[in-house]
Amino acid sequence: MREIVIDPRGAWRTGISITGLVALVAALFWGIRVGAVPFSTYDIWNVFIAPSANEAYQIIYNIRVPRVLVGALTGINLALAGCILQGVLRNPLADPGIIGVSAGAGLAAMSVMILWPGPMALVPAAAFLGALLAAGIVFLLSWDRGIQPLRLILAGVALAAFFGGGMSALMVFHSDKVQGTVNWMAGGFQGRSWNHVQMILPYSLIGVLGAMLSYRQLNALQLGDEVAKGLGIRVEKARFFLVILAALLAASAVSVAGLLGFVGLIIPHIARMLVGSDFEYLMPCAAVLGATIVVAADTVSRTIFSPVEVPVGIFMAFLGAPFFLYLLRKGMQR
Amino acid sequence: MNHTIKAQSITLGYGGKVIIPKMDIVIDKPEIISIIGPNGSGKSTLLKALSRLLVPLAGCALLDGKDIYQLQPGQVAKIMAILPQTVHAPGDMTVCDLVAYGRMPYKKIFEKLASDDQECITAAMEATGIQQMLHRRLDSLSGGERQRAWLAMALAQEPRILLLDEPTTYLDIHHQLELMKLVRKLHQDMQITIIMVLHDLNHAARFSHRVIAVKDGLLFADGPVEEVFTVENLRALYGVETTIMTIDQGGSSHLVCFPHDSCLKKEDGCAPAVR
Repeated sequence: MREIVIDPRGAWRTGISITGLVALVAALFWGIRVGAVPFSTYDIWNVFIAPSANEAYQIIYNIRVPRVLVGALTGINLALAGCILQGVLRNPLADPGIIGVSAGAGLAAMSVMILWPGPMALVPAAAFLGALLAAGIVFLLSWDRGIQPLRLILAGVALAAFFGGGMSALMVFHSDKVQGTVNWMAGGFQGRSWNHVQMILPYSLIGVLGAMLSYRQLNALQLGDEVAKGLGIRVEKARFFLVILAALLAASAVSVAGLLGFVGLIIPHIARMLVGSDFEYLMPCAAVLGATIVVAADTVSRTIFSPVEVPVGIFMAFLGAPFFLYLLRKGMQR
Repeated sequence: MNHTIKAQSITLGYGGKVIIPKMDIVIDKPEIISIIGPNGSGKSTLLKALSRLLVPLAGCALLDGKDIYQLQPGQVAKIMAILPQTVHAPGDMTVCDLVAYGRMPYKKIFEKLASDDQECITAAMEATGIQQMLHRRLDSLSGGERQRAWLAMALAQEPRILLLDEPTTYLDIHHQLELMKLVRKLHQDMQITIIMVLHDLNHAARFSHRVIAVKDGLLFADGPVEEVFTVENLRALYGVETTIMTIDQGGSSHLVCFPHDSCLKKEDGCAPAVR
């Protein structure tokens, strides 16, 4: 009985948690310090201890801090959405794109930017609504006394193709106005402000709370529907709420960050390699990892070719995909 | 307490296609009960309906007189545990993680495993003989070990009724026999009602008290092994000729059947030679 209490993975998990949190704090701190105008720790300290309306305060408080926060929250939301979807759909290829969120957000945002150009402030709201609308359609299409995972995946793929066609049509017929939309499509955090933090924060909180409430259901669901039902889980209900939760998380993320692929697919896999597939540990690990990687990648992508800023989505795809393939090979040899 | 499962003019099927038109069954004693029948006869479908995995098209499945779909799923999970035919789990999951999931019906949200849960988990692992594999990953286990780990998870639910859907599939004859003996031991030690779908007739004959034979969705025979296990019944069920013999071993005797090709009487000179 004592043996159960002493889990050999305990020390490893504690180590990962501490390392992850330290890395996240370091990434946030570094993201605030570096840039076109570098700051010292003392400057940052001053902004929070003795706020004064000088240049340092303006840059740190109004530009850098909201930017790293939006990045961190986006990372958390996408990573959690990916974890939940991979668990609920029992498919390792599931990511927030699979429930139509990316396609819906993309088409809505693009329509606003091209057809009703004007206040860019409308774009996040349009993207959010587009994402939820698309997720809702996928939802309805996959409904047969509960969400059917395979139908959901196929409906998501079909809808993404349909909306993708819409986006291509917009680009072809309005090729002169495409320029402005390209950056958004690639995903990035340029010019993100406290407004964006406010937009995404409530959903991050809902996501974290939902993850804490549902890790047992997710654990049971990955044993298969029948076993989960045998353990007393209301499978259809759990799946319904979890997919809605994932849709909200992903929609809020794409609405502030644009189409940032990759994070929602790869981060859950890396977290799984690190701490295993118990959702009690998997989701916190993925959330911290997602936040850290998005913030760090954003910081690198805006400083490496300064003053030119590479959209973080492109940067992450170029570095992250090979890294993931490396991990995959390493994992296979083991 | 003795629990009763009852199927009351139950009609079962998938997507409008009826598999079992109308069936009545009562299981009210803690026995080992095997459900046999040819492929596609509706054995697994019946087991699913009794275990709250399949909503009946008509009629109902009752647990202690109450429709199991009116009961809380968590409540049912404390009385019966199910081991489906094919199960899957992430390979990196450890044996003790898997067995611990059996305590899920007893835990409220945010409630951690307490020491009585740990005792239950340990007892379940000892009962199935996997206490040495506590921290092994599931993907490092052999087929027989893995099946025992799943069985331990079901036992950690402290069920009074255990439903097994072809528990010996994918096991070699050694592990099949070990598993069947384990099932019998669990029944003897804990007085659990065991309802299982079996393909191996000899296992059904040796290890069960009662055999339910299903053919084309209908209850073909239901009773003690000696009653159901006859040449006539097996011929009607499977369309196969068999020779049924009694074997004495370990101080008890049980029936075995040997299937063979043709339906010829001895006097025709073509009966299989038994030397």
